[in-house]
Amino acid sequence: MVEPTGKMRLSLTVNREPADALVDGYKTLLEVLREDLRLTGTKHGCELGECGACAVLLDGEPVLSCLVLGVECEGRRVTTVEGLQDSAELHPLQDVFADLGASQCGYCTPGILITAKALLDRELNPTRDQIKEALSGNLCRCTGYLQIIEAVEEGAARLAARRLVAEAPQTKETLAAPKLAQHDARAKEAPL
Amino acid sequence: MTTPRSNGVIGVARRRVDGRAKVTGQTRFADDLTLPRMLHCKLLRSSVPHARIVRIDTSKAAAHPGVHLVLTGETFPIAYGVLPVSHDEHALCRETVRFVGDPVAAVIARDEATAAAAVDLIEVEYESLRTYASPEDSLAHPEPRIHDYGDVGNVHKAVSLQFGDVDAAISGADHVFDDVFFFEGSTHLPIEQHATVATKDPDGKLVVWSSTQTPHYLHRALAKALQMPAAHIRVIATPNGGGFGGKSDPFNHEVVVARAALLLDRPVKICLTREEVFYCHRGRHPVLMRFRTGVTKDGQITGVDLQTLLDGGAYGSYGVASTFYTGALQTVTYNIPAYRFRGCRVFTNKPPCGPKRGHGTPQGRFGQEVQLDRIAERLQRDPAELRLQIIAPPNSLTANFLRLGTIGLTECVNRVVASSGWKDKFRKLPLGRGVGLACSSYLSGAGLPINWNDLPHSGVQLKLDRSGGVTAFCGATEIGQGSDDVLVGCVAEVLGIDPFDIRAVTGDTDLTPVDLGSYSSRVTLMMGNAAIEAAMRARDLLARAVSCKLEIPVERVTFQRRRVFDADVPERGVTFQEAVCMAEARFGTIGTTGSYTPPKSPAKFKGGGVGPSPTYSYTAAVVAVEVDPETGWLVVPKVWIAHDIGRSLNPTLVRGQVEGSVYMGLGEALMEEQAFRRLPPRLSSALVHKFPSLLEYKSPTFLEMPEVHTDLIESMDPAGPFGAKEVGQGPLLPIMPALANAVYDAVGVRIDEIPVTPEKILKALQLKAAGRPARVGPAGFPGNVPWPEPLMVTPPWEGGDGRASNEPVRKSTRKADAGVEATAGVRS
Repeated sequence: MVEPTGKMRLSLTVNREPADALVDGYKTLLEVLREDLRLTGTKHGCELGECGACAVLLDGEPVLSCLVLGVECEGRRVTTVEGLQDSAELHPLQDVFADLGASQCGYCTPGILITAKALLDRELNPTRDQIKEALSGNLCRCTGYLQIIEAVEEGAARLAARRLVAEAPQTKETLAAPKLAQHDARAKEAPL
Repeated sequence: MTTPRSNGVIGVARRRVDGRAKVTGQTRFADDLTLPRMLHCKLLRSSVPHARIVRIDTSKAAAHPGVHLVLTGETFPIAYGVLPVSHDEHALCRETVRFVGDPVAAVIARDEATAAAAVDLIEVEYESLRTYASPEDSLAHPEPRIHDYGDVGNVHKAVSLQFGDVDAAISGADHVFDDVFFFEGSTHLPIEQHATVATKDPDGKLVVWSSTQTPHYLHRALAKALQMPAAHIRVIATPNGGGFGGKSDPFNHEVVVARAALLLDRPVKICLTREEVFYCHRGRHPVLMRFRTGVTKDGQITGVDLQTLLDGGAYGSYGVASTFYTGALQTVTYNIPAYRFRGCRVFTNKPPCGPKRGHGTPQGRFGQEVQLDRIAERLQRDPAELRLQIIAPPNSLTANFLRLGTIGLTECVNRVVASSGWKDKFRKLPLGRGVGLACSSYLSGAGLPINWNDLPHSGVQLKLDRSGGVTAFCGATEIGQGSDDVLVGCVAEVLGIDPFDIRAVTGDTDLTPVDLGSYSSRVTLMMGNAAIEAAMRARDLLARAVSCKLEIPVERVTFQRRRVFDADVPERGVTFQEAVCMAEARFGTIGTTGSYTPPKSPAKFKGGGVGPSPTYSYTAAVVAVEVDPETGWLVVPKVWIAHDIGRSLNPTLVRGQVEGSVYMGLGEALMEEQAFRRLPPRLSSALVHKFPSLLEYKSPTFLEMPEVHTDLIESMDPAGPFGAKEVGQGPLLPIMPALANAVYDAVGVRIDEIPVTPEKILKALQLKAAGRPARVGPAGFPGNVPWPEPLMVTPPWEGGDGRASNEPVRKSTRKADAGVEATAGVRS
């Protein structure tokens, strides 16, 4: 809806919460997220769809938010890096990226995490080639990519373990079993 | 420095201290900052490569709705630059533009779109000057000059140094090798585009947040360019989204928004577009080089005569240092008894070159290592064995008076030979498959400062809190390499506490003591040593307080697992927090400092300031290639690399640096080119970047990155913190020559220039098929370089004292040296 100011009213769901904004019609989803909704976790490296830094999930599918107009997203679901966590604990991919050196400067990281999540959403146990293919549109200048690939593999394994736990009958043993998010626990308690 | 025994932090693979912020998107990069009433800046950049500015009319832009301020060069009378010898930049051009992209005017408006629209309304009339597109061009035409300073004509700097009787050494050799190589320029390509926010703080002082690797140099440049007391300027280096050397210069856009914020008393932000980042550049110099090397029949080098010609682009940047670096480290790797180095940097009308990862040394490394491959072949020697025989001796002085520390290169070579199966592969693989080997060395921090003084290069302050928490303050800048993690790790290790108990405050000129910046692979060694010193002093205070309480000798007080206790009776002790309180009760507020100043260099000759380092890292690599003999198509399936890290502080991060270096080296070896072209006359004849976009400037993706086998060699260097050396740059250096050598092993053609592309391989294969020399590379080295008389320095083993015998006596060593000593490249 165009307002008298020339701006447009936009209502969408961002990270499972309703969001409303008055935005300029020319703004990309990237700009709406960063500038109007102040979600600066999503990055930009080119604004031309060349680097993958701005990847977000739009209705569950990875898109480059610099190539989508904000007003195209009316009523749609957007997931950014800020929405990867669904509790106080990090998403397993976030955990393994932090632990295994998959993030150095951290600038390409949000886009890669989002793209990797989209891969794991559709492919529980991806091969190395599938991971490379899925992430081939995301540039990283720091890592040389290898620690990222290993982190995605480990993330897939942890998600699989988490699913097993969730699907298994809830006994004392299974509740105590998983070593998930151990580093966050370490951060809290620092058991030296 | 004595350091306590391992506390389980150093040497252990850990999550980096800033890891959580990065994976949650909470790291605040410069462009993530928004302030109330913030305005936005856009620059008008020159559309012509070399011209006098006849007239600028900004009236329409100034009248455009939403525009708050329009600035031109009139507002910026003071020149600045990173090296004291080349303060040749103005924030906005005043009389002359020197490359397409040189900023001419700035618009500050309510938003970016308004600023961009107003920029288009500025009218500039130019009077064209001759455009210099290549170094040969600049050498041939001294007039008109691009700058009114420099050695002569359009030569920015020509240097000549001679160590021993190199001509006799080469003419007396059994074999003389004379080869010419070319290394194309490449750019850093950080994924984060440069951004800066400036504002006047509530007290009226200037605050600048910027994606800079060198807040201290930006601080100095702002003070000069704005003519303000540095004490009234606060520079905060935001975490850099990749640097690699590309954010090491003080930039015009930083000066512009700082001035604008002061004039408007409002926050002003600029974020460069990707195209602007390509034109900012300050990256790898294109270098043409000629190596004349004498070798005995058993493979010993008798002497090396090296000439390099650097295409500097339009400004000085770090270029004088870059020039020296093309010839500084050859002797650090191999035993070279006599050496002459001549280097020349010329100005051209292209974006300025500067420090990129490896700063000036990858080019010369490429030539030397490819030539060694030729030498081994002529002498029918295995290239690995040949190198093992000529590795420089540890703890020695080189011909050019560089003091070497530990050298783990023999171990590195042996490891890659073993891990790659070198002996079963070299010259034994079928046509189209090959392996190549190369070695390298790199600084662990430049031994001399850019701005000559006797001050420490790095300072750390610690504040110990009654809570048991510790805050570590240091000017070092987190650019992704993990400097915050090194700082915290060193302090945690000494104090026996968890890294999570420590808060790092870094890269803030108001709050943190100076660290010279994240360049020249200096941070781990220099900041690490300063951090250990500060932590040892804090430890000493706590130990004294606890020894009184426990009534034991202070030597028995031990720090581990957040406890401070009696080593002989471990159950007798207090918590770390109680120890801090005891110390505070006894000594008052607990704060300590540590500093690091590199040892004095024995090189006393002019130009000897570039190359010294507290110690050097070493690397060996084997690269495998598969080349299609029909098409020249080239892929790299695997790389084996061994790096002498001294000591691995956090192995996860060290591995990341090695693999990231291999990646960036492969990008340069295979595809990356910062190349330019002239537009046709009907389109102004401008000299423009061939492909200023991330898509067309080819860089390796997930799909091109090969498997990498990494070995870390721990030589425990006494100069390093816990024995550590650098890792951010050295591992890049052997990749390009190892790849070129592997192509020769695979299909028998020599590609003597970087990048090694399928087109070049195909051309060489066609030459080979025609019975002509199977080589693609530069034809020769120009004979019209105005070399100065070399400074003659007698090598140490001939009784030299590190001075030149023919150097005019300098009135003040300090003054003459200013700015020549310098720095190096960088990383992430």
